[in-house]
Amino acid sequence: MDTHRHLDDELSSLRDRVLLLGGEAEQALERAMYALSERDSDVARQVLEHDDQVDHLEVEIDRQCIDIIALRQPAARDLRFVISVAKMAPVLERIADHACNIARTAIDLNNEPELKSVLDLSSMAGHALKMLRGALDAFTSSDAISAREIIKSDSEINDLYNHTFHRLIELMVTEPATATRDARLLFVAKHLERIGDYVTDICELTVYMAEAAFIKHT
Amino acid sequence: MPVEIAAPKLEVRTSAPPRETNGKAKVAVRELDFFYGRVQALHSISLEIPERIVMAFIGPSGCGKSTFLRTLNRMNDVIPGTRVGGRVLIDDHDIYAPGTDVVELRRRVGMVFQKSNPFPKSIFDNVAYGLRINRLTNSNSELAGRVEQALKDAALWNEVKDRLKTSALSLSGGQQQRLCIARALAIRPEVLLMDEPASALDPIATSKIEELIFDLKKQYTIVIVTHNMQQAARVSDTTAFFLLGKLIEVNSTEKMFTAPNEKLTEDYITGRFG
Repeated sequence: MDTHRHLDDELSSLRDRVLLLGGEAEQALERAMYALSERDSDVARQVLEHDDQVDHLEVEIDRQCIDIIALRQPAARDLRFVISVAKMAPVLERIADHACNIARTAIDLNNEPELKSVLDLSSMAGHALKMLRGALDAFTSSDAISAREIIKSDSEINDLYNHTFHRLIELMVTEPATATRDARLLFVAKHLERIGDYVTDICELTVYMAEAAFIKHT
Repeated sequence: MPVEIAAPKLEVRTSAPPRETNGKAKVAVRELDFFYGRVQALHSISLEIPERIVMAFIGPSGCGKSTFLRTLNRMNDVIPGTRVGGRVLIDDHDIYAPGTDVVELRRRVGMVFQKSNPFPKSIFDNVAYGLRINRLTNSNSELAGRVEQALKDAALWNEVKDRLKTSALSLSGGQQQRLCIARALAIRPEVLLMDEPASALDPIATSKIEELIFDLKKQYTIVIVTHNMQQAARVSDTTAFFLLGKLIEVNSTEKMFTAPNEKLTEDYITGRFG
């Protein structure tokens, strides 16, 4: 097998792994939100139990990136791909960590009486999931145009967060008895807002990979 | 085939940066064609090499990079049946103009070859050779001083200062190559051409040559042909990619190895050429 075929196989394997990690992060978020909205603590616990596999996958990707850089010395688009994946894997792992935090909150809230205000969070979560799926698709197809569109859409999740924040503060004031539970929901909203930021990071890496353009902090 | 010649971007990557340049090209090549008999080896090459930078030429075997390098000091003149078109300007003087003193040209534009080629003489005499035949020194003490300086510039002095009278052939391969660099430097060239200077050396000797190139660019304009792309990435400020006798792209080395402009360049440096 000639050298570039070998490198192509390794890059392909790396792409599969990072997409698998992306899928795991997406599934963790989807399940955590399901556990919260459907008050299903068993599903929340499954999310937490599964997180070790997510962490393991991130470490595998790290190692694979280091091996490829050390042994294959990729250049140009190959180098940009490996660097993007190396920076993307911890971002995806953190998204899964946020999903775990939501799952923990779901378990806590499921032990208490139900609140009415989960609706807005479902909307936020739906948007975060849509962004994440779109970001993974854009990465797969090296689609910088879609990646840029997704970055723009992060403002929507920020708006939803601000709305949710004010709504929950109002509820804390008007119904002090639910303040502790409302505060937990506020944390969930913050996790979703942070996930939107992480998806933005993924899209910035996709733009770098596709166009060699640094758009972070611009 | 589109040929884009980007203005080389100078990157200072050293704690001892090169001296200020005046932004003028030390070497300017204009629409250069080169023929071996009826076979055209170079096609309308235009390229500028700024002063005191390292420019690397890369490309597959037979792409014309070594031929092009040798046009810069007319080393191809010695090959029967060759023909040159276009112009090569060094400090605005066309080196192919009638009346050019080729010996003086090669003093100004020195060359180091792939295989070290020390003369079967002492270390001292090897370095002193060019100084003597060109009568560039007036006394033995001046000669000794120039030899010492050249050996220091080639980072070889400390290894040979106690055995200058021993045969150059007793040196290791890496030392012999640095001796050849010292021999080229002794006559104080302005441009140094290096044709795969480290391809026959082990990694330690290669590393010494690369460090030397990095230091020498403070004083010299250096052009290096290399098959080793990592070496081009390590030592050069700008890189030129040749293919089938054509110049495909010139760019800053950083840009060339992370985001080249031309697909052909990208295919070559990612190993997908052909």
